[in-house]
Amino acid sequence: MLMRVRTVARNLCGLLYLICRHPSALIGLVILVAYVVMALFAPVLAPYPPNTGSVRQSFLPPAWQEGGSPAHLLGTDHVGRDILSRIIYGARVSLWVGVLSVAISMVVGLVLGAISGYYRGIIDDVLSRFAELLMAFPFLLFAIGVMAILGPGFFNLIAALTFKSWVEFFRLVRGETISEKTKEYVEAARAQGQSNFRIVTGEILPNIIHSVVVLATLRVGYMIITEASLSFLGIGVQPGVPAWGSMVDDGRDYVRTAWWVSTMPGLALLLLVLAINLFGEGLRDILDPRLKVD
Amino acid sequence: MLRIHNLTTEFPTRRGAVRAVEEMSLSLQRGQIMGLVGESGCGKSVTLLSILRLVARPGRIISGSIHFEGRDILSMAPAEVRRIRGADIAMVFQDPLTTLNPVFRVGEQIRESLRVHRIGTGRTSRREERETVLSLMKEVGIPSPESRYWQYPHEFSGGMQQRALIAIALACRPKLLLADEPTTALDVTIQAQILELLSRINSERGTAILFVTHDLAVASEFCHWISVMYAGRIVEQGPVDEVIADPLHPYTEGLLRSIPRLVKPRRRLSPIPGDVPDLIGLTNRCSFESRCDRRMPECAERPVSLVDVGGGRHVRCILYE
Amino acid sequence: MKCDDYILRVEGLKKHFVLRRSLLTKILTRERDCTVRAVDGVDLVIRRGETLGLVGESGCGKSTLGRTILKLYEPTEGKILFRGEDIAGWRGKQMDLFRRSAQIIFQNPYASLNPRKTVRDILSVPLLKRGVKDPKEREEEMVTLLEKVGLKPWHIDSYPHQFSGGQRQRIGFARALAMKPEFIVCDEPVSSLDVSVQAQILNLLSDLQQEMSLTYLFIAHDLSVVYHVSDRVAVMYLGRIVETAPTEALFEDPKHPYTRALLSAIPSVDRETRRKRQILEGVVPSSIDPPSGCPFHTRCPQAFTECRLCAPRSVEVDSGHHVACHLYV
Repeated sequence: MLMRVRTVARNLCGLLYLICRHPSALIGLVILVAYVVMALFAPVLAPYPPNTGSVRQSFLPPAWQEGGSPAHLLGTDHVGRDILSRIIYGARVSLWVGVLSVAISMVVGLVLGAISGYYRGIIDDVLSRFAELLMAFPFLLFAIGVMAILGPGFFNLIAALTFKSWVEFFRLVRGETISEKTKEYVEAARAQGQSNFRIVTGEILPNIIHSVVVLATLRVGYMIITEASLSFLGIGVQPGVPAWGSMVDDGRDYVRTAWWVSTMPGLALLLLVLAINLFGEGLRDILDPRLKVD
Repeated sequence: MLRIHNLTTEFPTRRGAVRAVEEMSLSLQRGQIMGLVGESGCGKSVTLLSILRLVARPGRIISGSIHFEGRDILSMAPAEVRRIRGADIAMVFQDPLTTLNPVFRVGEQIRESLRVHRIGTGRTSRREERETVLSLMKEVGIPSPESRYWQYPHEFSGGMQQRALIAIALACRPKLLLADEPTTALDVTIQAQILELLSRINSERGTAILFVTHDLAVASEFCHWISVMYAGRIVEQGPVDEVIADPLHPYTEGLLRSIPRLVKPRRRLSPIPGDVPDLIGLTNRCSFESRCDRRMPECAERPVSLVDVGGGRHVRCILYE
Repeated sequence: MKCDDYILRVEGLKKHFVLRRSLLTKILTRERDCTVRAVDGVDLVIRRGETLGLVGESGCGKSTLGRTILKLYEPTEGKILFRGEDIAGWRGKQMDLFRRSAQIIFQNPYASLNPRKTVRDILSVPLLKRGVKDPKEREEEMVTLLEKVGLKPWHIDSYPHQFSGGQRQRIGFARALAMKPEFIVCDEPVSSLDVSVQAQILNLLSDLQQEMSLTYLFIAHDLSVVYHVSDRVAVMYLGRIVETAPTEALFEDPKHPYTRALLSAIPSVDRETRRKRQILEGVVPSSIDPPSGCPFHTRCPQAFTECRLCAPRSVEVDSGHHVACHLYV
């Protein structure tokens, strides 16, 4: 056990070292960590509570603009709420939705994909056809439909996002399992009488987990954007919970007079997704040319 | 016809430069078949690529000269080298399926190689070209060429693909054929067919062949001369029968002792101990020293050069200096 | 033959693979499911302590045969008798015992070891299977195994990519030996190695055979290697065994026309062992739709009418020399 913990720790250290040598992955990781810290310590970091403000202070421009005040660094919105505070709190929604929906999709896709790819046969046919069916719908449209039926809410949102997104993982895992399965080390394991469960989890999975992790990272960004789109349309998380998408929506009518209300949360979104993608692409570069770690 | 002198090709890596080929000297006469024998990674394929100046970056040729019919290929302009490639010197690769383009019909691929070098020599009609291709296909032993012409590479068996590749190589009547393990991917019976084809081409057309292989037995049957390579250098060179019957270099000797032979009584093989050395950080001393059973203290001290021991034989070993 | 003479006996073994086409393909292209007859009726006996060489060209079904014998593939038809018992219905405990006594080593030293596992992980699996629970005992046994196959104890925490091809092959061998098997299928164990390393592995195989009284089924396409290691040789063509004989008898006096052609094609460094080359015409037919009668009749220089009509039975022409050819009936 201790041995195992030690090798995992060593591998993680090795990975971190490789990331540090890959500039774009490093930039992505740093920004990502900043966002996570921001979300975790929102009550400490945010200068104001997210949902209180006074109409008297509405539409204050950012601090560096004429008429702005250092008390509200990024200005205030139409009901006088501090935009910076709302962005900080909004990071919670975005990250939670992104991570949770991807995590669930990944687990579902991993299990079904491994079963499908390893056993093939009828199960594979049924699951693959079902997956193809889901692939035929545009993602956003599908999510809008599901949200319209379920109604807004955090868990409904997660459900709507996962319902289609597991397919990506399913297809990846299935394909990789099929190709790994024919390799001789799997046959060797069978010749030693290992059970199918042990072969899938102990032999095949460690060889495909890297591509799954890379896909997961990139999907988090996509999920966050979809969440923001849904929030923008007013069918995201509960109204009142600060989410970047709904913040952009809030400022939509005032873009000409108070551009910062929409732009600031939009920039926050942009930067986060950019960071995730940089990190994900970097991770792919690092992990893909298999096992360079010496 | 072909004279390589002191060729060195280097690949820079993060851990230091790798001399894939070092101080390679070799000469080949018209109509001769020279075998280049060695284990994987000994630099035999890189030698072929160097001759055509096809060494992929970041690899580069550092020094030496390659004279083909009196002219140095290494100092030619790129356009001139292109004119030689395929026309005067053609190449046949190990894996025919990846060398043939899967989306074009085999006959058309052969015709294409005909067209590439015909630009200056007057126009020929499509029909004439097709006639030439068909006769080429017949010459390399592809049965019913008329229907085979229109097939795709995947419809050919491995042996037929290799024949098609040879037809492509022969299209411009090259004077020299570079063959990089052309039979390694094939079964023995098919290998025998291809070797027979190559020796027929050699005797009928007088095409010289530089034949790279890891299989000493194939080389000993098919070639007139052989050069044995180890870790980037030629260690022994000479007429094939003499080298096989009386190997001078300890490596050649070890190689011959480690291949299973069809003789009676069957006796235990005596392998060369150890593994092929890492090419990084090799000095100009003997690279076989660590595995050699006849090493002397002197081996690690000074560089050895290829010496002429008479009778056309050369060897790179301190024992013969 | 008494049943303790042989360790494994195969009767009428067939392994067919069905290439399934999807429903849509069937409707659109009228292509049907087709059957690949990889192994098509093989009788074989492997005696205790011997090395039986199995040769044939690529696609003749020799690897499939090796794997079906070990029940890595479920046989389509036929019997496999291990120490006189039919293993067809073996499950659970019995199967575990069979797995322990019959092992396999593979051709490709790069694919046969899981790249994500250290040598320790790789060797623990069979040892745990065998019930070596105590970590200390396991460690000791691993070190012994490594030394036995010519590796060093400190190699134990290395990953496969840190080894050369020959060393990986040694690890694969250690993994098979860890089960303490009696019988090992060697599936082209040296064909991807350089000659100097190949000789090391061949010697290792024969040393350990003596030391641990192992029985080998040695599958290879390189006839010189097979000549060198085998006591008896079986020649396979298109899913069937065409000739079986003691090694020296087979190489001196091959009976089947296919064997003759095959042997004549072997390149050799020794002039005196070179034979007059018999170049076979044509290519190996597809095992999806094998020729009727004798599978070799399409390329056989001596084929006559009967060859096209019915498949020849195997007959003993000399002691231990079996040939399936109409010329000898």
